Amino acid sequence: MARSPLLVGNASAFWGDDPNAAARLVSQQPDLDFLTLDYLAEVSLSIMAIQRAKDPNAGYARDFVDVVRSLIPAWRDGSDLKIVANAGGLNPQACGRACVQALGEAGLGRLKVAVVSGDDVLPAIRNQTQRSFDNLETGEGIQRIFDRLTTANAYLGAGGIAAALRAGANLIVTGRVADPSLTVGACLAHFGWAPDDYDKIAGATIAGHLIECGTQACGGFSTDWLELPHPEDIGFPIVEVADDGSCIVTKPGGTGGSVNLRTVKEQLLYEIGDPGNYISPDATASLLGIELKEVAQDRVSIRGASGHAPTSHYKVSATYRDGYKAHAMITIFGRNAAEKARRCGESVLQRLAESGLKFERSLVEVLGTGASVPGLELPGKPNELLEAVLRVSVADPRREAVERFSKQIAPLVTAGPQGVTGYSAGRPKVQAVFGYWPCLIDKILVNERMEILEHDLIPVS
Amino acid sequence: MKKASFRLGDIAFARSGDKGSSANIAVFARDESDYSLLCDRLTSKVVKNYFQPLGAGEVMRYEVPNLAALNFVLSGVLAEGGSRSLRIDAQGKTLGQAILELTI
Repeated sequence: MARSPLLVGNASAFWGDDPNAAARLVSQQPDLDFLTLDYLAEVSLSIMAIQRAKDPNAGYARDFVDVVRSLIPAWRDGSDLKIVANAGGLNPQACGRACVQALGEAGLGRLKVAVVSGDDVLPAIRNQTQRSFDNLETGEGIQRIFDRLTTANAYLGAGGIAAALRAGANLIVTGRVADPSLTVGACLAHFGWAPDDYDKIAGATIAGHLIECGTQACGGFSTDWLELPHPEDIGFPIVEVADDGSCIVTKPGGTGGSVNLRTVKEQLLYEIGDPGNYISPDATASLLGIELKEVAQDRVSIRGASGHAPTSHYKVSATYRDGYKAHAMITIFGRNAAEKARRCGESVLQRLAESGLKFERSLVEVLGTGASVPGLELPGKPNELLEAVLRVSVADPRREAVERFSKQIAPLVTAGPQGVTGYSAGRPKVQAVFGYWPCLIDKILVNERMEILEHDLIPVS
Repeated sequence: MKKASFRLGDIAFARSGDKGSSANIAVFARDESDYSLLCDRLTSKVVKNYFQPLGAGEVMRYEVPNLAALNFVLSGVLAEGGSRSLRIDAQGKTLGQAILELTI
């Protein structure tokens, strides 16, 4: 007999998403089996690298430990909820230990915490011999940035998560794992699928892909956003995955937003390349045969996914130091606002140039005039705008050069045109820039590990 | 019968996202009966010309008839990608809305 569907939810699409979402989702949907949380965008790990350099116990998403604490009441009430999060970042062990400590303090030492690691492939890349790690997009060799590499992490698959669940883990902390694999791992352990049940794994991969961006599956970021009911309270998504790999996408009753054919279709193709070859570490999936159906309000079924064997490589997201940047913004109101804004921006750069300071890169944008898509022919007349926002950006290898720029915006408050306003946040912050270097690594070179952390061994700090 | 020119957003909805220095834009026919019109008019060449000012290089078009959708992958359109680009929209968040303003 087929097992009942597995309810997998998502309560975090990125580092900085709503910290109350997890507890809210669990209270709205008490029968939820599995909660996934995503914390890692392409360059999040470079921020964690800076944190770890200052403190060897840092380098992970500390917010996740607060999320774990927020779920303590549910576990105390006997919930069997399991959680998996890639919050471990560059230091999954430290993240796992912090979770063990939080659970121990709450008297929940019975809950098992697992750590999945091995995604950090920086040593493997540093020790490379003939393997090239060429940039996946440009084909360029890695030599140019080799000495500036800060992080390199492979997108692991579902294997470690499934192993942790089979070992009885309640809470799983990982480093870099492919987003859909959080869901696939739960399904592998729950349904006992074989690692080569590729059609089913493809179905779970698509289910995981649908929820990995949180509220985006429920109308967030959608074209028809203005028509959503209660956009102030968009529900986080849940997939009910069946034993055959099909699923129903839904959200808790009583929440805002909408799960309909349009919101689900948009999310299905979000950040997708070839829809016939969606490459994930657990399977290569095709979306070309899937059928969508609205089976009830806020319930869309998806079936018909097909898959085949995954590739022999993991994708690696590497980052490298690439100088500094700063962005400054100031508002200009009045006649010819856009022209005044542009003149202001150019004058800042001109003054610095005349003092001998030229930046490697700089950009003047006038927001309100279509600056998001510079050069495109759009409806509307920029010269009729009564208000515009100036945004000036510079980037340079020299931190001190970018710092000099950051001191040249405030003078516009008195030297700029009448109607300059909105300069209250202070000098723009000088930020380190990290370049993104996508490449591939042979799976043979990656040693994925799973460990269950012991409560006894936790030092009390 | 050949339909006159129209704003893409009148018959379609869209979604864009980043893929490093490239971006994808998925365009969906609101009414499935408009899908063939979408396929005829919204060629990769039309999309490439429209986004040329942003630096779009090669544009790949994938047909997804089961979703009444076309998925475009625009290489190089985000200049140097999410982390390096100085642009306000370094991640291609706006491209879905931008393509809906296209007249075809």
